Amino acid sequence: MIFRYARVSAAELDGIAGWALKPEGLCRGERCVPFATASHEGIDLADVARALGMPLVEEPRAGLWALGPEAGSKALQTAALPDITLPDLAGRPFRLASLRGRKALIVAWASW
Amino acid sequence: MWQELRTELYPRLEIVTVALEARGSSAARPWVEKAEPAHPSLIDEAHVLATLGVINVPTGIWVDEDGTIVRPPETAYPRRPAFKDRPVPANATPLQREAIELTRRLNVEADRYVAALRDWVERGAASRYALSPDEVMRRSRPRPLAEATAAAHFALAQHLHAAGDSALATEHFKEAQRLHPSSWTYRRDAWAIAGPDHPAIYGTTWLDDVKREGAENYYPRLEL
Repeated sequence: MIFRYARVSAAELDGIAGWALKPEGLCRGERCVPFATASHEGIDLADVARALGMPLVEEPRAGLWALGPEAGSKALQTAALPDITLPDLAGRPFRLASLRGRKALIVAWASW
Repeated sequence: MWQELRTELYPRLEIVTVALEARGSSAARPWVEKAEPAHPSLIDEAHVLATLGVINVPTGIWVDEDGTIVRPPETAYPRRPAFKDRPVPANATPLQREAIELTRRLNVEADRYVAALRDWVERGAASRYALSPDEVMRRSRPRPLAEATAAAHFALAQHLHAAGDSALATEHFKEAQRLHPSSWTYRRDAWAIAGPDHPAIYGTTWLDDVKREGAENYYPRLEL
């Protein structure tokens, strides 16, 4: 999850990281994490990283920040498949959630 | 590689292939176009699937009709790969011979895997290969802070590579590899980007690493 600024708007955070700022905190799906440090100037990514247990890596030479996934437990947060959207060869987005209603085998492969 | 099985099992099962390619769709396109898959074929430039615990390829994840993972990431071959039976040419160099012989020793259990998959497609939740959510979580890889940080570095590296800053990208590829040394995907995709110069840049090769870590560990035995 790449960001160009250390402070972001709620819309940017939701669009890039999938976490929505709500009165109850930062929410993704039905899960909410208390979060009370947002100001009218934006949301500090360092606060987000602290609240969600995510690493934040800064690359000052390129003016970029990257949030990693939540750390400290398992790769899978639950057995529910996370809401992941990836493009096909033509760049069309495909939501893995759209597979619901049918068994699915997701295969990671590579050309290398 | 998966189209034949998809033809057999669709519409009871959909197969979605995801290419982990930091170079983007151009790297996967020739393979996909040759395979002519009827199933969705996606591109994962930043290795988002690594966040589910994918550390090598090919890796399969089973997801039931409700969107619940019933088998977490594990090695997934639809059939015995050609490298298991590859002969050593008479004119092979010692290095080529070593690579071919080592590759033959990789643990591939395609028959067991596909039999389990067919059983699940047929029997659904009653299949003994469909795991409970508790068992899926038990088998899910731990994600310590170092590995989560590696994911951030890899995403930065991929972004920088796409932007044309290969030197800075290499720094972050290296950091991702250092923080998550068990990830073959972080190593091999970065090596592919570096091309033939990758031993000089990263100080190692696939052959060196497999020898050091053990061919038998490259693909762990399936826990079916």
